Amino acid sequence: MLVEIRNLRVQFPTATGLSDAVRNVSLTLGQEKLGIVGESGSGKSLTARSILRLLPSNAILSADKLTFDTIDVLRADENALRRIRGARAGLILQDPKYSLNPVMTAGAQIAEAWRAHRGGGRKLAEQAAIDLLAQVQIRDPKHVAGSYPHELSGGMGQRVMIAMMLAPDPELLIADEPTSALDATVQAEILRLIEDLVSRRGMGLILISHDLPLVSHFCDRVAVMYAGRIVEELAAGDLLRARHPYTRGLLGCLPTLGHRQARLTVMQRDPSWLET
Amino acid sequence: MIEVDGLSVRFGRVEAVKALSFGVARGESFGIVGESGSGKSTVLRALSGLNPDWTGRMVIDGQALTPHRSKEFHRQVQMVFQDPYGSLHPRQTVDRLLSEPLQVHGMDNPERRILRGLNEVALPATVRFRYPHQLSGGQRQRVAIARALMAEPQVLLLDEPTSALDVSVQAEVLNLLVDLQQARGLTYILVSHNLAVVAHLCGRVGVMQAGEMVELLSADDLRAGRTQHPHTASLRELSIELEEPETT
Repeated sequence: MLVEIRNLRVQFPTATGLSDAVRNVSLTLGQEKLGIVGESGSGKSLTARSILRLLPSNAILSADKLTFDTIDVLRADENALRRIRGARAGLILQDPKYSLNPVMTAGAQIAEAWRAHRGGGRKLAEQAAIDLLAQVQIRDPKHVAGSYPHELSGGMGQRVMIAMMLAPDPELLIADEPTSALDATVQAEILRLIEDLVSRRGMGLILISHDLPLVSHFCDRVAVMYAGRIVEELAAGDLLRARHPYTRGLLGCLPTLGHRQARLTVMQRDPSWLET
Repeated sequence: MIEVDGLSVRFGRVEAVKALSFGVARGESFGIVGESGSGKSTVLRALSGLNPDWTGRMVIDGQALTPHRSKEFHRQVQMVFQDPYGSLHPRQTVDRLLSEPLQVHGMDNPERRILRGLNEVALPATVRFRYPHQLSGGQRQRVAIARALMAEPQVLLLDEPTSALDVSVQAEVLNLLVDLQQARGLTYILVSHNLAVVAHLCGRVGVMQAGEMVELLSADDLRAGRTQHPHTASLRELSIELEEPETT
């Protein structure tokens, strides 16, 4: 198993004591595509970031088990973590506008990532950057390598981010809402690209999103989170056979092109979902 | 109610909206869909008076619009934006936010109007003295809608009003918009990239691509796939593809 999580808990101190943001989450991941779906504040990003121990400084992390390829993430020191973060597990964030350095060219940023993880000379890294840009299906990689982030479109920027994550040849890719800031056509292209790279390189993928239909379309397995807990885990194809009322509610309140409804179903939240 | 004829908007050398024409009847909802940069928001901004640099002809309620708008126009036409956090003043309480349009337009009985306004968007009276950061995203968007309704407008221009919200909250806000329209006979123009949202709320839809309205069709035709322009078909296909995972 690439990732094993047992009884993960993330807490934050508040004025009235500790508040649980993630509670009793258990997950395993191999070379597969796992989707984590939930609404804002459900703890989906915190769960995925716990694997890299990339949490806000006031977060309190605990688990019975939290391993990345047999490395105990809970007890690892900063040095050991650095060999995971970016190197063996890459993280793609929502908006390339904020994740890319605005005063470095795309090529220089990818080359920097390459050299940080693999060493080697400047020339070699620059060539590698252009190769990586070609791998993420950029038609004119030389030109894009010489461009600054503000000269690139959102979809192009996200490809640059993906190219940078691929530089150290990671085993796991965590994509946190990678396409929410993009248009539908671009969104489909980027997801297809991620899917293709993941299967070609035999990587594990964790795709985090609020969009249940989209995730089930691109993943093998989907975990649905509500209020810090996984309420349901199911094979992507079984989405329409979802049992949990929250999952069904999420699907039910979506307007669809397929059928017309006079009023949308509104989710009735049940306090019992917070228990067990 | 709204007539747009040959509307063009330029930003420097870029023609963001090219000779656009459409009409919206009183009490109707008209949707505009398109990708980012297609010019859909630019149309709304020209209509609302946020961008005075346009050419062509726009008429609302029989009045031809000029670059400068009267106070009466701003009472009649209100806009709701995508991000309620960005569009509400962070240091004003809900009470202050809602009373400002009343003061500007010299409307009577602010106390009663504010309470009725909150009630209308299904917010409890307790949020009245809270600040925007103390509210959830859905509550904030309700405040933004309540504020837009304070001046008793006839036209609401909605720019991606639910894109920043969770789907469960989106359903509540869309239902609210339907109810308000029925209760007040409002005319809507809704701009969104989400075809399903537009088809849910609107009877007719305009599809924009690169500043032009390439197709104008009914929501029923859009649902059924009776499209004329390839861009409409491709937008629709993407939307369908992602909503029905079991077909693949």
